[in-house]
Amino acid sequence: MSQTRIRVLVGKPGLDGHDRGAKVIARALRDAGMEVIYSGLHQTPEQIVEAAIQEDVDLIGLSIMSGAHLTIFPRVKELLKQQQAEDILLIGGGIIPEEDAESLIRDGYAEALFTPGTPTTEIVDWINDRMKLNRSKYF
Amino acid sequence: MNGVQEWLKRLFLQDRRAVAKLISLVEDNIERHQIMRAVLPRTGNTLVTGITGPPGAGKSSLVEALTKLVREQGESVGIVAVDPTSPLTGGAILGDRIRMQSHATDRNVFIRSMGTRGHLGGMAKATADVIRIMEAGGYTTLLLETVGVGQSEIEIMHLADTVIVTLNPGTGDGIQAIKAGIMEIADIFVINKADLPGSERLKNDIEMMLGMTGQDKAWRPPVVLTSVYENRGVDQLQAEIKRHHAFLRSSGRWKIKWQEQLQREVWRHLNGQIQEQFNSLWPKLLSDAAIAEGTDPGQIAEQVWSVMMEEMKKKND
Repeated sequence: MSQTRIRVLVGKPGLDGHDRGAKVIARALRDAGMEVIYSGLHQTPEQIVEAAIQEDVDLIGLSIMSGAHLTIFPRVKELLKQQQAEDILLIGGGIIPEEDAESLIRDGYAEALFTPGTPTTEIVDWINDRMKLNRSKYF
Repeated sequence: MNGVQEWLKRLFLQDRRAVAKLISLVEDNIERHQIMRAVLPRTGNTLVTGITGPPGAGKSSLVEALTKLVREQGESVGIVAVDPTSPLTGGAILGDRIRMQSHATDRNVFIRSMGTRGHLGGMAKATADVIRIMEAGGYTTLLLETVGVGQSEIEIMHLADTVIVTLNPGTGDGIQAIKAGIMEIADIFVINKADLPGSERLKNDIEMMLGMTGQDKAWRPPVVLTSVYENRGVDQLQAEIKRHHAFLRSSGRWKIKWQEQLQREVWRHLNGQIQEQFNSLWPKLLSDAAIAEGTDPGQIAEQVWSVMMEEMKKKND
């Protein structure tokens, strides 16, 4: 009997130490039956991508409050490409102005961005919907 | 399936992505037999060191400190870290990586976090398989960290060759030390956070307990004081691990342990098969009214057993 679980890496890149949001999300995803790997604070994009590969996650969620989102999302995406791991979805949240969010998504650096005030159920639903389409994760 | 063969080929070329993918497959129980059949012939030479102890004892920090030493000596390290899965939702927060940051981009250190997924005993169900996949992927030092345990989660003794029980000062008196359970399974005791007061006292309690039992005269578990915080004692711990590995090999104890582990693993699989067959048979037996109300469950079990044997015979004919 197979028993697949959705695995998510919640990453805190950069210098800000505000991880309450990341913890709330991690907890919500856990309660939705997912396995959540929490990276801890102050991660470099390199550390996040290496962890995502070793843990074989379906999805990376970045939490960024520092204003560095326009640098970090493209960098993580680039590293995933270098590692031939673009099948790992990249989403995020934090303090991200609307126009930046639009451009990150338009340019393919993030699949979805959830800013403050988003109900956690919306994030859970988004992930579950996307994973239904992603069942071929192994091959 | 073609994909599995491709991942296996890449595993034997020591490709990290393949290690990760094959672990997921085995954990999700997809093509497990095919994978392990290919993996196992390339394994079995590396002794596994297991680290257990209560939550917050410093297991992950010790794993990181040991990994640092091992890396300085040029060996590669595979680490399995288990955290609990929620019995209510099936979800889990896997947070052991947080304490293992200094190796995060070292390609010769592979860390995998696992949820217990309903398995009891402080381990995940697929742990034994996952360790072997790491070995086949070329990692030469294997470390296994359990969930934070209480007094009786002792399954690690069946999966690890050397068991380290990690304790902290100030967490109990001499009676705790002579209780049954995890205190009985240690090959090495570690008193971590030894920078805190009370560590010598705890060491005395454990030594006294060891003096009382003496069930294994060939190996008396050493008690090592460590402080990851003050970077103290970790090299001594590593020396004791090596000494125990050498003892296992020279005494032939390794072979016995291997046979015991094999027996358990075979039983675990057999158990699963029997359970599956039973689960598919049971509703039919109930609806056929083959079971009278008020019958002793033990008697029903005998009935069920003979039905299962017949089914098996039919299958084989």
